[in-house]
Amino acid sequence: MKILIVGGGMGGTILANNLARRLPAELKAGKARITMLSASDKHMYQPGLLYLAFGRTTPDELYRDQASLLEPGIKFFVDPVEQFLLDKNQVKTKSGKTYDYDVMVIATGSRPVPETIPGLAEHSETFYTEETAVKMFRRLQGFEGGRVVIAVGVPHKCPMAPLEITFMLHDYFKDRGLLDKVKLHYTYPIGRVHSLENVAKWAAPEFDRLGITYETLFNIKEVDGKAKVVHSEEGTQAPFDLLISIPAHRGMEVIEKNGLGQGGWIPTNRTRLNMEGRDNVFALGDTTNIPISKAGSTAHFEAEALGENIAAMVKLGAPVRDYDGKVFCFIEAGKDRATYAMFDYQNPPQPKEPTRAVHWFKMAYNKLYWVSARGLL
Amino acid sequence: MSDRKVIDARGSFCPGPLMELIAGMKLAQVGEELELLSTDKGSANDVPEWIRKVGHEILDNREELGVWHIVVKKMK
Repeated sequence: MKILIVGGGMGGTILANNLARRLPAELKAGKARITMLSASDKHMYQPGLLYLAFGRTTPDELYRDQASLLEPGIKFFVDPVEQFLLDKNQVKTKSGKTYDYDVMVIATGSRPVPETIPGLAEHSETFYTEETAVKMFRRLQGFEGGRVVIAVGVPHKCPMAPLEITFMLHDYFKDRGLLDKVKLHYTYPIGRVHSLENVAKWAAPEFDRLGITYETLFNIKEVDGKAKVVHSEEGTQAPFDLLISIPAHRGMEVIEKNGLGQGGWIPTNRTRLNMEGRDNVFALGDTTNIPISKAGSTAHFEAEALGENIAAMVKLGAPVRDYDGKVFCFIEAGKDRATYAMFDYQNPPQPKEPTRAVHWFKMAYNKLYWVSARGLL
Repeated sequence: MSDRKVIDARGSFCPGPLMELIAGMKLAQVGEELELLSTDKGSANDVPEWIRKVGHEILDNREELGVWHIVVKKMK
C-alpha cells in the first residue's frame, strides 16, 4: 500500500512516525511505503512563537531538520504538491514529479492572513511567524506605556492564544514596572471572553482582578493606523497605542486552488477523518473543516487515530476506530502560572486554577515536543 | 434550498457554533444564505444577537430533536 502524506508539520510528522512504528515488517517487505512531501526541510515548533514574542526563547530553538525527526523507512522529499489529481490517485509537485498513492493524508496546515483586514498587517503586532514574533518582541521592548488593545480574527489557530498573550503581556509590563502606565484592553469576537464557556467563566474574573478591561462581540473590520483606532464589524471602536492581533487564518492556497475546500479547509468527516466523498483521502490538523480547535494537540490526537486506522487498513483491510474529538490545550495564565483545557466532542473542559506546576510542565513540553513529533510521547 | 451552505457545528465546544458561523460568513458572498446546526442551546440567543448587531438577517431559528437550525443571510 502506497501511503502519501502531504505536509511535514506536527500532524503529518506524528502520523508518519506512528505508521512507521506500526508497519515495520510491511515496510521492510515492500508491502507498505510511506512517502512524505513537504514545502520545507525544517520543522518549526509553532507554540514556541508565543515565548519568542517576549524574548523567552530564540528562533533557533524552534527548529529541527525535518529529516532528523522521521523514522527510518519514511521517504521524505522537499517538493510541495501543486496539483491534486484525486480521480487518478496522484499528485503533481513543484519539481514536476508525479506521485501515486493508495491512501493520501493531507496535512498542509493553515496560514495567518492579516492582509484580509484593511490596516491590520501594517498597524498591529503579532506572533504567528518567526518574523512577526521577533518584530513584536522588539516593539514591546521599546514600549513605555499607553493603551494596548488585543484584537482577534476568525478563525484563528491556537484558541488559547488570545488569553495567553493578554495574561503574559500583563506580567511582562508588571516586571518592567510599567503597569501604572499601561492599560490592557481585550476584545473577543463572540459574546464572552473565550469560546469555551468554562474557560470564559475562569478568565473574565481574572481579567477583573488584574484590571484588564474587555469588550465582547468585537470582530475586526479595519484598522485606522493614522487615528490609531480599530473599528469592529459591530460598529464599535477601540483606540490603541499598541495593537496586538491574533490574525484570522486560512488553509493553504494549494487547497483552495485545487478546489478541495473553501477557505483552504477540506470538508472532512469528524470521526473517520476522510475527505467527504473520498474513502482513500484523509485530512488532519488545521487542514480540516471540522468544527474543532485548530491546535497542535488536535493534529496530534487525530494523527494517532489515523495512524491506527491506516495501519489497520494495511493489516485488516478496514479502519478500526473513531477520532473522538480529543483536544488538550495548555493555558498560560501569566509568566509563571498555567492551567489547561481538555475536552472532546461529548465532554466540555473543566479548567482548574492555574498553578506553577502546570506552567513548568508546559515549559518541559516545549522541549519534549521533539520526542512527541517522533511519535514517542 | 439546495445551494444553502450548512455549517455543522453540532458538538463543537471550541471554537463553537457562533465562531464557526462568523468564519463562514467571512467566506460567504453578500446575499448568500447559511444554515448553522448547533447543539448548544445558547446559540438560539447569541447567534441572533450577533447577526442583528452586525446587520445581517435571521431567516429561521428553530429546534428539532435537540439541534438548533439557524438560517442567516449575509446582507453586506
